[in-house]
Amino acid sequence: MYGGGYIPGSASPQEAPKEDPEKLAEFEEKINRGEKIEPHDWMPYEYRRQLIRMIEQHAHSEIIGALPEGTWITRAPGFKRKLALMAKVQDEVGHAQLLYSAAETLGKSREQMINDLLSGKSKYSNVFNYPAKTWADAAIIAWLVDAGAIINQTTNSKGSYGPYCRALERICWEESFHLRYGYDTVVALATGTKKQRQMVQDALNRWWRPIMHFFGPPDKISVHTEKLVRWKVKLATNDEMRQQFLNMYVPKIRELGLEIPDPILHKDPETGKWIYSDPDWDEFFRVINGNGPCNKERLAVRKKAEMMGQWVRRALRNPRQQYVTPLA
Amino acid sequence: MDPKQEAIKELLIKMADDQLIIGHRHSEWIGLGPILEEDIALASIAQDKVGQSYTLFQLLHDQFGTADPDTMGFLRAENEYRCCHLVEYPNGEYDFSLIRHFLFDHAEYHRFDMLQASTFEPIRGIARKFKSEIKYHILHADVWVRRLGTGTEESHQRMQAALETAFPLALGIFEPSPYEQVLIEENFFPGEDALRQRWLETIQPILEEASLQMPDPSSVEPAYGGRRGYHTEHLAPLLEEMSWTLRYDPEAERW
Repeated sequence: MYGGGYIPGSASPQEAPKEDPEKLAEFEEKINRGEKIEPHDWMPYEYRRQLIRMIEQHAHSEIIGALPEGTWITRAPGFKRKLALMAKVQDEVGHAQLLYSAAETLGKSREQMINDLLSGKSKYSNVFNYPAKTWADAAIIAWLVDAGAIINQTTNSKGSYGPYCRALERICWEESFHLRYGYDTVVALATGTKKQRQMVQDALNRWWRPIMHFFGPPDKISVHTEKLVRWKVKLATNDEMRQQFLNMYVPKIRELGLEIPDPILHKDPETGKWIYSDPDWDEFFRVINGNGPCNKERLAVRKKAEMMGQWVRRALRNPRQQYVTPLA
Repeated sequence: MDPKQEAIKELLIKMADDQLIIGHRHSEWIGLGPILEEDIALASIAQDKVGQSYTLFQLLHDQFGTADPDTMGFLRAENEYRCCHLVEYPNGEYDFSLIRHFLFDHAEYHRFDMLQASTFEPIRGIARKFKSEIKYHILHADVWVRRLGTGTEESHQRMQAALETAFPLALGIFEPSPYEQVLIEENFFPGEDALRQRWLETIQPILEEASLQMPDPSSVEPAYGGRRGYHTEHLAPLLEEMSWTLRYDPEAERW
Protein backbone atom coordinates (compact mmCIF):
# COMPACT_ATOMS: atom_id res chain seq x y z
CA MET A 1 0.00 0.00 0.00
CA TYR A 2 -0.10 1.98 1.87
CA GLY A 3 1.12 5.21 2.43
CA GLY A 4 0.13 8.48 1.50
CA GLY A 5 -3.33 9.22 2.41
CA TYR A 6 -3.70 12.17 4.61
CA ILE A 7 -1.44 12.68 7.55
CA PRO A 8 -1.69 15.93 9.43
CA GLY A 9 1.13 18.42 9.39
CA SER A 10 2.29 20.75 12.07
CA ALA A 11 2.63 24.49 11.94
CA SER A 12 5.90 25.83 10.62
CA PRO A 13 8.31 26.35 13.46
CA GLN A 14 9.09 29.93 14.32
CA GLU A 15 12.79 29.61 13.62
CA ALA A 16 12.40 28.93 9.87
CA PRO A 17 15.26 30.96 8.41
CA LYS A 18 14.79 33.74 5.92
CA GLU A 19 15.77 32.34 2.56
CA ASP A 20 18.21 33.92 0.10
CA PRO A 21 15.83 35.43 -2.51
CA GLU A 22 18.14 34.70 -5.44
CA LYS A 23 18.56 31.04 -4.58
CA LEU A 24 14.86 30.73 -3.89
CA ALA A 25 14.01 32.18 -7.29
CA GLU A 26 16.40 29.81 -8.99
CA PHE A 27 14.91 26.86 -7.08
CA GLU A 28 11.37 27.82 -8.04
CA GLU A 29 12.29 28.29 -11.68
CA LYS A 30 13.79 24.84 -11.75
CA ILE A 31 10.55 23.35 -10.44
CA ASN A 32 8.58 25.44 -12.93
CA ARG A 33 10.60 23.97 -15.76
CA GLY A 34 9.53 20.54 -14.53
CA GLU A 35 13.00 19.56 -13.37
CA LYS A 36 13.56 17.48 -10.26
CA ILE A 37 15.30 18.68 -7.13
CA GLU A 38 18.10 16.32 -6.10
CA PRO A 39 19.61 15.75 -2.64
CA HIS A 40 22.64 18.01 -3.13
CA ASP A 41 20.69 20.88 -4.68
CA TRP A 42 19.92 23.94 -2.65
CA MET A 43 16.42 23.88 -1.21
CA PRO A 44 14.48 26.07 1.19
CA TYR A 45 14.30 25.01 4.80
CA GLU A 46 10.54 24.67 4.66
CA TYR A 47 10.68 22.47 1.56
CA ARG A 48 13.12 20.10 3.23
CA ARG A 49 11.09 20.03 6.43
CA GLN A 50 7.81 19.30 4.66
CA LEU A 51 9.33 16.57 2.52
CA ILE A 52 11.02 14.83 5.44
CA ARG A 53 7.70 14.88 7.27
CA MET A 54 5.79 13.55 4.31
CA ILE A 55 8.21 10.80 3.24
CA GLU A 56 8.89 9.71 6.79
CA GLN A 57 5.21 9.41 7.58
CA HIS A 58 4.66 7.51 4.39
CA ALA A 59 7.44 5.10 5.44
CA HIS A 60 5.89 4.68 8.89
CA SER A 61 2.56 3.91 7.24
CA GLU A 62 4.16 1.07 5.36
CA ILE A 63 5.57 -0.64 8.42
CA ILE A 64 2.53 -0.03 10.59
CA GLY A 65 0.32 -1.08 7.69
CA ALA A 66 2.13 -4.39 7.58
CA LEU A 67 0.66 -5.23 10.99
CA PRO A 68 -3.11 -5.55 10.33
CA GLU A 69 -2.52 -7.48 7.13
CA GLY A 70 0.37 -9.45 8.55
CA THR A 71 -1.90 -11.01 11.14
CA TRP A 72 -3.76 -12.70 8.28
CA ILE A 73 -0.71 -14.38 6.77
CA THR A 74 -0.93 -17.06 9.43
CA ARG A 75 -4.65 -17.53 8.78
CA ALA A 76 -4.71 -17.20 5.00
CA PRO A 77 -6.96 -19.81 3.37
CA GLY A 78 -4.70 -22.16 1.47
CA PHE A 79 -1.26 -22.17 -0.10
CA LYS A 80 -1.82 -19.68 -2.89
CA ARG A 81 -3.34 -16.98 -0.73
CA LYS A 82 -0.73 -17.54 1.96
CA LEU A 83 2.09 -17.13 -0.54
CA ALA A 84 0.54 -14.10 -2.18
CA LEU A 85 -0.14 -12.31 1.09
CA MET A 86 3.39 -12.95 2.33
CA ALA A 87 4.74 -11.46 -0.88
CA LYS A 88 2.44 -8.48 -0.58
CA VAL A 89 3.27 -7.63 3.02
CA GLN A 90 6.94 -8.16 2.22
CA ASP A 91 6.58 -5.57 -0.53
CA GLU A 92 5.12 -3.11 1.95
CA VAL A 93 8.09 -3.51 4.26
CA GLY A 94 10.31 -3.07 1.20
CA HIS A 95 8.50 0.18 0.48
CA ALA A 96 9.30 1.38 3.98
CA GLN A 97 12.95 0.58 3.34
CA LEU A 98 12.91 2.55 0.07
CA LEU A 99 11.12 5.50 1.64
CA TYR A 100 13.32 5.71 4.71
CA SER A 101 16.27 5.82 2.32
CA ALA A 102 14.62 8.59 0.30
CA ALA A 103 13.99 10.57 3.49
CA GLU A 104 17.57 9.98 4.64
CA THR A 105 18.79 11.88 1.57
CA LEU A 106 17.25 14.94 3.23
CA GLY A 107 19.33 14.53 6.35
CA LYS A 108 17.33 12.57 8.90
CA SER A 109 18.49 9.07 9.84
CA ARG A 110 16.25 6.02 9.83
CA GLU A 111 16.87 5.58 13.52
CA GLN A 112 15.72 9.12 14.31
CA MET A 113 12.63 8.60 12.21
CA ILE A 114 11.74 5.35 13.96
CA ASN A 115 12.32 6.96 17.34
CA ASP A 116 9.91 9.72 16.39
CA LEU A 117 7.34 7.14 15.35
CA LEU A 118 7.64 5.34 18.66
CA SER A 119 7.44 8.50 20.72
CA GLY A 120 4.30 9.53 18.85
CA LYS A 121 5.96 12.66 17.48
CA SER A 122 5.66 11.41 13.94
CA LYS A 123 2.38 10.05 12.60
CA TYR A 124 1.32 7.37 10.14
CA SER A 125 -1.76 6.91 8.01
CA ASN A 126 -4.87 6.91 10.13
CA VAL A 127 -6.40 4.00 8.27
CA PHE A 128 -4.17 1.54 10.14
CA ASN A 129 -5.67 2.41 13.46
CA TYR A 130 -8.61 0.17 12.61
CA PRO A 131 -8.62 -3.60 13.15
CA ALA A 132 -8.64 -6.23 10.39
CA LYS A 133 -11.21 -8.51 12.00
CA THR A 134 -11.60 -11.18 9.33
CA TRP A 135 -9.94 -12.48 6.20
CA ALA A 136 -12.32 -10.26 4.24
CA ASP A 137 -10.93 -7.17 5.98
CA ALA A 138 -7.49 -8.10 4.71
CA ALA A 139 -9.01 -8.50 1.24
CA ILE A 140 -10.73 -5.10 1.36
CA ILE A 141 -7.52 -3.46 2.55
CA ALA A 142 -5.53 -5.04 -0.26
CA TRP A 143 -8.05 -3.90 -2.83
CA LEU A 144 -9.49 -0.57 -1.73
CA VAL A 145 -6.93 0.89 0.64
CA ASP A 146 -4.22 0.04 -1.83
CA ALA A 147 -6.36 1.57 -4.57
CA GLY A 148 -6.58 4.78 -2.56
CA ALA A 149 -2.85 4.69 -1.98
CA ILE A 150 -2.17 4.29 -5.68
CA ILE A 151 -4.25 7.37 -6.48
CA ASN A 152 -2.40 9.32 -3.84
CA GLN A 153 1.03 8.06 -4.75
CA THR A 154 0.67 8.32 -8.51
CA THR A 155 -0.22 11.96 -7.92
CA ASN A 156 2.76 12.49 -5.64
CA SER A 157 5.15 10.75 -8.02
CA LYS A 158 4.81 13.79 -10.26
CA GLY A 159 6.19 15.95 -7.49
CA SER A 160 9.46 17.85 -7.48
CA TYR A 161 11.80 15.84 -5.24
CA GLY A 162 13.71 13.30 -7.35
CA PRO A 163 14.41 10.51 -4.83
CA TYR A 164 10.80 10.49 -3.58
CA CYS A 165 9.37 10.45 -7.12
CA ARG A 166 11.57 7.55 -8.15
CA ALA A 167 10.69 5.57 -5.03
CA LEU A 168 6.99 6.21 -5.67
CA GLU A 169 7.16 5.04 -9.25
CA ARG A 170 8.51 1.70 -8.18
CA ILE A 171 6.08 1.50 -5.30
CA CYS A 172 3.10 2.19 -7.56
CA TRP A 173 4.22 -0.50 -9.92
CA GLU A 174 4.19 -3.05 -7.09
CA GLU A 175 0.94 -1.66 -5.71
CA SER A 176 -0.78 -2.39 -8.97
CA PHE A 177 -0.10 -6.08 -8.31
CA HIS A 178 -1.46 -5.77 -4.80
CA LEU A 179 -4.58 -4.22 -6.18
CA ARG A 180 -5.12 -7.13 -8.54
CA TYR A 181 -4.48 -9.59 -5.73
CA GLY A 182 -6.93 -7.71 -3.51
CA TYR A 183 -9.56 -7.56 -6.22
CA ASP A 184 -9.22 -11.28 -6.95
CA THR A 185 -9.62 -12.06 -3.25
CA VAL A 186 -12.69 -9.84 -2.92
CA VAL A 187 -14.22 -11.37 -6.07
CA ALA A 188 -13.75 -14.87 -4.64
CA LEU A 189 -15.63 -13.86 -1.51
CA ALA A 190 -18.31 -11.81 -3.24
CA THR A 191 -19.12 -14.66 -5.62
CA GLY A 192 -18.81 -17.34 -2.96
CA THR A 193 -21.15 -18.83 -0.39
CA LYS A 194 -23.62 -16.86 1.66
CA LYS A 195 -21.20 -16.80 4.58
CA GLN A 196 -18.37 -15.53 2.41
CA ARG A 197 -20.56 -12.82 0.90
CA GLN A 198 -21.65 -11.72 4.35
CA MET A 199 -18.04 -11.66 5.49
CA VAL A 200 -16.97 -9.35 2.70
CA GLN A 201 -20.02 -7.09 3.04
CA ASP A 202 -19.32 -6.71 6.77
CA ALA A 203 -15.73 -5.86 6.03
CA LEU A 204 -16.75 -3.23 3.48
CA ASN A 205 -19.14 -1.75 6.04
CA ARG A 206 -16.30 -1.49 8.54
CA TRP A 207 -13.77 -0.05 6.11
CA TRP A 208 -15.84 2.38 4.08
CA ARG A 209 -15.54 5.25 6.52
CA PRO A 210 -11.78 4.87 7.13
CA ILE A 211 -11.33 4.74 3.35
CA MET A 212 -13.31 7.96 2.91
CA HIS A 213 -11.12 9.47 5.63
CA PHE A 214 -8.00 8.17 3.92
CA PHE A 215 -7.70 11.14 1.56
CA GLY A 216 -7.98 13.67 4.37
CA PRO A 217 -10.52 16.28 5.46
CA PRO A 218 -12.54 18.20 2.86
CA ASP A 219 -10.73 21.04 1.15
CA LYS A 220 -12.92 23.62 2.86
CA ILE A 221 -11.50 22.73 6.29
CA SER A 222 -8.06 21.57 5.22
CA VAL A 223 -5.29 24.15 5.29
CA HIS A 224 -2.70 23.87 2.58
CA THR A 225 -0.36 26.63 1.84
CA GLU A 226 -0.17 27.84 -1.68
CA LYS A 227 3.61 27.47 -1.35
CA LEU A 228 3.49 23.67 -1.13
CA VAL A 229 1.46 23.55 -4.31
CA ARG A 230 3.91 25.89 -6.05
CA TRP A 231 6.83 23.72 -4.93
CA LYS A 232 5.03 20.60 -6.17
CA VAL A 233 4.99 18.99 -2.75
CA LYS A 234 1.20 18.89 -2.74
CA LEU A 235 -0.23 18.10 -6.18
CA ALA A 236 -3.91 17.45 -5.76
CA THR A 237 -6.43 18.38 -3.12
CA ASN A 238 -7.97 15.83 -0.78
CA ASP A 239 -11.37 16.22 -2.40
CA GLU A 240 -9.95 15.78 -5.90
CA MET A 241 -8.35 12.49 -4.92
CA ARG A 242 -11.46 11.29 -3.10
CA GLN A 243 -13.58 12.05 -6.16
CA GLN A 244 -11.14 10.18 -8.37
CA PHE A 245 -11.34 7.16 -6.08
CA LEU A 246 -15.14 7.18 -6.05
CA ASN A 247 -15.23 7.51 -9.81
CA MET A 248 -13.02 4.52 -10.30
CA TYR A 249 -14.23 2.18 -7.57
CA VAL A 250 -17.90 2.77 -6.75
CA PRO A 251 -18.99 1.09 -10.02
CA LYS A 252 -16.59 -1.83 -9.44
CA ILE A 253 -17.83 -2.39 -5.90
CA ARG A 254 -21.46 -2.31 -6.99
CA GLU A 255 -20.75 -4.61 -9.90
CA LEU A 256 -19.82 -7.28 -7.35
CA GLY A 257 -23.23 -6.98 -5.71
CA LEU A 258 -21.80 -5.31 -2.64
CA GLU A 259 -23.64 -2.49 -0.97
CA ILE A 260 -21.76 0.67 -0.07
CA PRO A 261 -22.86 1.75 3.42
CA ASP A 262 -23.84 5.26 2.42
CA PRO A 263 -27.51 5.71 1.50
CA ILE A 264 -27.02 9.06 -0.20
CA LEU A 265 -23.96 8.20 -2.26
CA HIS A 266 -24.59 9.18 -5.88
CA LYS A 267 -23.10 11.15 -8.69
CA ASP A 268 -24.57 14.57 -9.30
CA PRO A 269 -25.48 14.51 -13.00
CA GLU A 270 -24.91 18.23 -13.35
CA THR A 271 -21.52 18.64 -11.71
CA GLY A 272 -20.30 15.10 -12.33
CA LYS A 273 -19.19 15.03 -8.68
CA TRP A 274 -20.03 12.39 -6.13
CA ILE A 275 -22.28 13.37 -3.28
CA TYR A 276 -21.70 11.41 -0.07
CA SER A 277 -22.67 11.51 3.59
CA ASP A 278 -20.42 13.30 6.00
CA PRO A 279 -18.02 10.54 7.11
CA ASP A 280 -17.79 12.05 10.61
CA TRP A 281 -14.68 14.15 10.56
CA ASP A 282 -14.79 14.44 14.34
CA GLU A 283 -14.06 10.75 14.53
CA PHE A 284 -11.23 11.22 12.06
CA PHE A 285 -9.57 13.81 14.27
CA ARG A 286 -10.21 11.72 17.38
CA VAL A 287 -8.40 8.78 15.81
CA ILE A 288 -5.55 10.92 14.50
CA ASN A 289 -5.05 12.27 17.97
CA GLY A 290 -4.44 8.80 19.32
CA ASN A 291 -7.88 7.61 20.31
CA GLY A 292 -8.75 5.14 17.58
CA PRO A 293 -9.48 1.47 18.17
CA CYS A 294 -5.90 0.32 17.49
CA ASN A 295 -3.54 3.28 17.97
CA LYS A 296 -2.14 2.00 21.22
CA GLU A 297 -1.88 -1.59 20.08
CA ARG A 298 -0.04 -0.69 16.86
CA LEU A 299 2.56 1.38 18.64
CA ALA A 300 2.91 -1.16 21.41
CA VAL A 301 3.68 -3.90 18.88
CA ARG A 302 6.22 -1.69 17.15
CA LYS A 303 7.83 -0.77 20.45
CA LYS A 304 8.08 -4.39 21.47
CA ALA A 305 9.68 -5.28 18.13
CA GLU A 306 12.18 -2.44 18.55
CA MET A 307 13.00 -3.54 22.07
CA MET A 308 13.41 -7.17 21.14
CA GLY A 309 15.73 -6.26 18.29
CA GLN A 310 17.97 -3.99 20.32
CA TRP A 311 20.59 -6.58 21.14
CA VAL A 312 20.84 -7.53 17.46
CA ARG A 313 21.40 -3.94 16.38
CA ARG A 314 23.95 -3.41 19.11
CA ALA A 315 25.89 -6.41 17.82
CA LEU A 316 25.76 -5.04 14.27
CA ARG A 317 26.94 -1.60 15.19
CA ASN A 318 30.59 -2.48 15.46
CA PRO A 319 31.32 -5.16 12.92
CA ARG A 320 35.06 -4.97 13.31
CA GLN A 321 34.96 -5.82 16.96
CA GLN A 322 35.17 -9.59 17.27
CA TYR A 323 33.94 -11.07 20.47
CA VAL A 324 36.00 -14.06 21.48
CA THR A 325 35.02 -16.27 24.35
CA PRO A 326 37.49 -15.67 27.17
CA LEU A 327 39.69 -18.69 27.74
CA ALA A 328 39.40 -18.65 31.50
CA MET B 1 0.22 -49.98 -0.88
CA ASP B 2 3.56 -51.66 -1.24
CA PRO B 3 6.31 -50.70 1.21
CA LYS B 4 8.37 -48.93 -1.45
CA GLN B 5 5.50 -46.61 -2.23
CA GLU B 6 4.77 -46.13 1.45
CA ALA B 7 8.41 -45.30 2.10
CA ILE B 8 8.50 -42.54 -0.49
CA LYS B 9 5.15 -41.18 0.49
CA GLU B 10 6.21 -40.97 4.09
CA LEU B 11 9.43 -39.20 3.15
CA LEU B 12 7.58 -36.66 1.01
CA ILE B 13 4.98 -35.94 3.68
CA LYS B 14 7.51 -35.25 6.39
CA MET B 15 9.47 -32.95 4.11
CA ALA B 16 6.31 -31.11 3.03
CA ASP B 17 5.22 -30.70 6.66
CA ASP B 18 8.62 -29.42 7.79
CA GLN B 19 8.70 -26.81 5.02
CA LEU B 20 5.18 -25.60 5.67
CA ILE B 21 5.55 -25.25 9.41
CA ILE B 22 8.95 -23.57 9.34
CA GLY B 23 7.71 -21.26 6.56
CA HIS B 24 4.70 -20.37 8.67
CA ARG B 25 6.98 -19.57 11.61
CA HIS B 26 9.33 -17.42 9.52
CA SER B 27 6.36 -15.51 8.15
CA GLU B 28 5.44 -14.49 11.69
CA TRP B 29 8.54 -12.27 11.68
CA ILE B 30 7.16 -10.02 8.94
CA GLY B 31 6.69 -6.62 10.52
CA LEU B 32 8.58 -7.52 13.68
CA GLY B 33 12.19 -8.18 12.69
CA PRO B 34 15.18 -6.57 14.43
CA ILE B 35 15.84 -4.50 11.30
CA LEU B 36 13.66 -3.97 8.23
CA GLU B 37 16.05 -5.91 6.04
CA GLU B 38 15.43 -8.99 8.18
CA ASP B 39 11.66 -8.74 7.83
CA ILE B 40 12.23 -8.79 4.10
CA ALA B 41 14.77 -11.62 4.14
CA LEU B 42 12.65 -13.84 6.37
CA ALA B 43 9.61 -13.13 4.23
CA SER B 44 11.53 -14.35 1.20
CA ILE B 45 12.71 -17.47 2.94
CA ALA B 46 9.19 -18.13 4.22
CA GLN B 47 7.82 -17.91 0.70
CA ASP B 48 10.39 -20.37 -0.57
CA LYS B 49 9.57 -22.82 2.20
CA VAL B 50 5.81 -22.63 1.82
CA GLY B 51 6.25 -22.85 -1.94
CA GLN B 52 8.39 -25.97 -1.54
CA SER B 53 5.77 -27.52 0.68
CA TYR B 54 3.13 -26.78 -1.92
CA THR B 55 5.24 -28.44 -4.62
CA LEU B 56 5.72 -31.54 -2.50
CA PHE B 57 2.01 -31.85 -1.69
CA GLN B 58 1.25 -31.44 -5.36
CA LEU B 59 3.70 -34.25 -6.14
CA LEU B 60 2.06 -36.43 -3.49
CA HIS B 61 -1.32 -35.71 -5.01
CA ASP B 62 -0.16 -36.52 -8.54
CA GLN B 63 1.88 -39.61 -7.70
CA PHE B 64 0.06 -41.12 -4.75
CA GLY B 65 -3.44 -39.72 -4.98
CA THR B 66 -3.37 -37.93 -1.64
CA ALA B 67 -5.87 -35.09 -1.08
CA ASP B 68 -5.24 -31.71 -2.71
CA PRO B 69 -2.42 -29.58 -1.26
CA ASP B 70 -4.70 -27.25 0.74
CA THR B 71 -6.46 -30.14 2.44
CA MET B 72 -3.19 -31.92 3.16
CA GLY B 73 -1.34 -28.82 4.31
CA PHE B 74 -4.06 -27.09 6.28
CA LEU B 75 -6.75 -29.52 7.29
CA ARG B 76 -5.31 -32.79 8.57
CA ALA B 77 -5.59 -33.79 12.21
CA GLU B 78 -2.59 -32.86 14.32
CA ASN B 79 -1.37 -36.44 14.75
CA GLU B 80 -1.29 -36.90 10.98
CA TYR B 81 1.48 -34.31 10.62
CA ARG B 82 5.01 -35.66 10.37
CA CYS B 83 7.06 -32.50 11.01
CA CYS B 84 9.89 -32.52 13.52
CA HIS B 85 9.61 -30.68 16.82
CA LEU B 86 12.23 -28.11 15.83
CA VAL B 87 9.93 -26.38 13.35
CA GLU B 88 6.95 -26.35 15.71
CA TYR B 89 8.45 -24.16 18.41
CA PRO B 90 7.28 -20.56 18.54
CA ASN B 91 9.76 -18.03 17.18
CA GLY B 92 10.74 -16.76 20.60
CA GLU B 93 13.39 -14.15 20.08
CA TYR B 94 15.61 -13.63 17.10
CA ASP B 95 18.42 -15.77 18.58
CA PHE B 96 16.32 -18.93 18.63
CA SER B 97 14.71 -18.23 15.26
CA LEU B 98 18.09 -17.64 13.67
CA ILE B 99 19.84 -20.68 15.06
CA ARG B 100 16.86 -22.84 14.16
CA HIS B 101 16.98 -21.48 10.62
CA PHE B 102 20.71 -22.24 10.50
CA LEU B 103 20.42 -25.80 11.84
CA PHE B 104 17.38 -26.63 9.74
CA ASP B 105 18.58 -25.24 6.44
CA HIS B 106 21.95 -26.96 6.52
CA ALA B 107 20.13 -30.26 6.95
CA GLU B 108 17.73 -29.37 4.14
CA TYR B 109 20.54 -28.46 1.81
CA HIS B 110 22.12 -31.88 2.20
CA ARG B 111 18.77 -33.64 2.09
CA PHE B 112 17.92 -32.22 -1.30
CA ASP B 113 21.45 -32.60 -2.51
CA MET B 114 21.14 -36.33 -1.79
CA LEU B 115 17.70 -36.52 -3.36
CA GLN B 116 19.03 -35.26 -6.67
CA ALA B 117 20.40 -38.77 -7.16
CA SER B 118 17.26 -40.58 -5.98
CA THR B 119 15.95 -43.53 -7.96
CA PHE B 120 12.53 -41.98 -7.40
CA GLU B 121 12.80 -39.95 -10.55
CA PRO B 122 10.09 -37.28 -9.96
CA ILE B 123 11.93 -35.88 -6.92
CA ARG B 124 15.22 -35.25 -8.70
CA GLY B 125 14.39 -32.06 -10.58
CA ILE B 126 12.44 -30.75 -7.62
CA ALA B 127 15.40 -31.41 -5.33
CA ARG B 128 17.71 -29.52 -7.68
CA LYS B 129 15.41 -26.52 -7.68
CA PHE B 130 14.96 -26.53 -3.91
CA LYS B 131 18.70 -26.79 -3.40
CA SER B 132 19.23 -23.68 -5.50
CA GLU B 133 16.83 -21.81 -3.21
CA ILE B 134 18.20 -23.20 0.04
CA LYS B 135 21.69 -22.14 -1.02
CA TYR B 136 20.62 -18.56 -0.32
CA HIS B 137 18.91 -19.45 2.93
CA ILE B 138 22.19 -20.92 4.12
CA LEU B 139 24.18 -17.88 3.04
CA HIS B 140 21.78 -15.75 5.03
CA ALA B 141 21.92 -17.94 8.12
CA ASP B 142 25.70 -18.30 8.07
CA VAL B 143 26.36 -14.57 7.84
CA TRP B 144 24.09 -13.83 10.75
CA VAL B 145 25.30 -16.68 12.95
CA ARG B 146 28.90 -15.56 12.46
CA ARG B 147 28.01 -11.96 13.06
CA LEU B 148 25.99 -12.48 16.22
CA GLY B 149 28.18 -15.27 17.55
CA THR B 150 31.11 -12.86 17.48
CA GLY B 151 29.26 -9.54 17.88
CA THR B 152 29.01 -8.51 21.51
CA GLU B 153 29.26 -10.53 24.67
CA GLU B 154 25.50 -10.31 24.95
CA SER B 155 24.86 -11.52 21.40
CA HIS B 156 27.39 -14.29 21.86
CA GLN B 157 25.77 -15.53 25.05
CA ARG B 158 22.34 -15.40 23.53
CA MET B 159 23.42 -17.36 20.49
CA GLN B 160 25.18 -19.97 22.59
CA ALA B 161 22.11 -20.41 24.80
CA ALA B 162 19.84 -20.61 21.76
CA LEU B 163 22.11 -23.22 20.19
CA GLU B 164 21.90 -25.34 23.31
CA THR B 165 18.10 -25.11 23.30
CA ALA B 166 17.75 -25.81 19.60
CA PHE B 167 20.36 -28.53 19.18
CA PRO B 168 18.42 -31.48 20.66
CA LEU B 169 15.38 -30.35 18.69
CA ALA B 170 17.48 -30.24 15.54
CA LEU B 171 18.67 -33.80 16.10
CA GLY B 172 14.99 -34.68 15.88
CA ILE B 173 15.12 -33.80 12.18
CA PHE B 174 16.93 -37.12 11.71
CA GLU B 175 14.47 -39.34 13.54
CA PRO B 176 14.55 -42.57 11.52
CA SER B 177 11.52 -43.46 9.49
CA PRO B 178 9.90 -46.90 9.81
CA TYR B 179 10.90 -47.36 6.16
CA GLU B 180 14.53 -46.37 6.56
CA GLN B 181 15.84 -49.69 5.22
CA VAL B 182 13.62 -49.61 2.14
CA LEU B 183 14.65 -46.06 1.33
CA ILE B 184 18.31 -46.99 1.51
CA GLU B 185 18.08 -50.34 -0.29
CA GLU B 186 16.06 -48.90 -3.15
CA ASN B 187 18.39 -45.90 -3.40
CA PHE B 188 15.49 -43.55 -2.88
CA PHE B 189 17.36 -41.73 -0.15
CA PRO B 190 20.62 -42.56 1.67
CA GLY B 191 18.92 -42.37 5.06
CA GLU B 192 18.70 -40.07 8.05
CA ASP B 193 21.94 -41.31 9.62
CA ALA B 194 23.96 -40.45 6.55
CA LEU B 195 22.26 -37.06 6.39
CA ARG B 196 22.95 -36.37 10.05
CA GLN B 197 26.63 -37.18 9.55
CA ARG B 198 27.00 -34.75 6.66
CA TRP B 199 25.10 -32.12 8.58
CA LEU B 200 27.35 -32.38 11.64
CA GLU B 201 30.44 -32.11 9.47
CA THR B 202 29.11 -28.95 7.84
CA ILE B 203 27.84 -27.03 10.83
CA GLN B 204 30.70 -27.69 13.21
CA PRO B 205 33.34 -25.53 11.46
CA ILE B 206 30.86 -22.68 10.92
CA LEU B 207 29.88 -22.71 14.58
CA GLU B 208 33.55 -22.66 15.49
CA GLU B 209 34.11 -19.60 13.34
CA ALA B 210 31.15 -18.05 15.09
CA SER B 211 32.88 -18.75 18.39
CA LEU B 212 30.00 -21.04 19.38
CA GLN B 213 30.38 -24.38 21.06
CA MET B 214 28.36 -27.17 19.51
CA PRO B 215 26.95 -29.54 22.15
CA ASP B 216 28.30 -33.08 21.96
CA PRO B 217 25.68 -34.98 19.94
CA SER B 218 26.31 -38.18 21.85
CA SER B 219 25.46 -36.50 25.15
CA VAL B 220 22.19 -35.02 23.94
CA GLU B 221 18.81 -36.68 23.85
CA PRO B 222 17.32 -36.02 20.40
CA ALA B 223 13.74 -34.72 20.35
CA TYR B 224 12.04 -37.59 18.57
CA GLY B 225 8.34 -38.23 18.06
CA GLY B 226 7.39 -35.75 15.37
CA ARG B 227 7.93 -38.21 12.54
CA ARG B 228 5.44 -40.60 14.19
CA GLY B 229 2.79 -37.97 14.86
CA TYR B 230 3.68 -37.12 18.45
CA HIS B 231 4.05 -33.37 18.65
CA THR B 232 4.88 -30.60 21.07
CA GLU B 233 2.06 -28.55 22.55
CA HIS B 234 2.90 -25.82 20.04
CA LEU B 235 1.67 -27.55 16.91
CA ALA B 236 -2.06 -27.77 17.66
CA PRO B 237 -2.57 -24.01 18.18
CA LEU B 238 -0.50 -23.30 15.09
CA LEU B 239 -2.70 -25.59 12.99
CA GLU B 240 -5.84 -24.13 14.48
CA GLU B 241 -4.72 -20.66 13.47
CA MET B 242 -3.52 -21.75 10.05
CA SER B 243 -6.80 -23.44 9.17
CA TRP B 244 -9.03 -20.82 10.79
CA THR B 245 -10.31 -19.19 7.62
CA LEU B 246 -10.70 -22.44 5.68
CA ARG B 247 -12.72 -23.91 8.52
CA TYR B 248 -14.85 -20.80 8.88
CA ASP B 249 -16.90 -21.96 5.92
CA PRO B 250 -16.20 -25.55 4.85
CA GLU B 251 -18.85 -25.15 2.14
CA ALA B 252 -16.73 -22.61 0.31
CA GLU B 253 -15.19 -23.88 -2.89
CA ARG B 254 -12.93 -20.94 -3.47
CA TRP B 255 -11.28 -18.38 -1.26
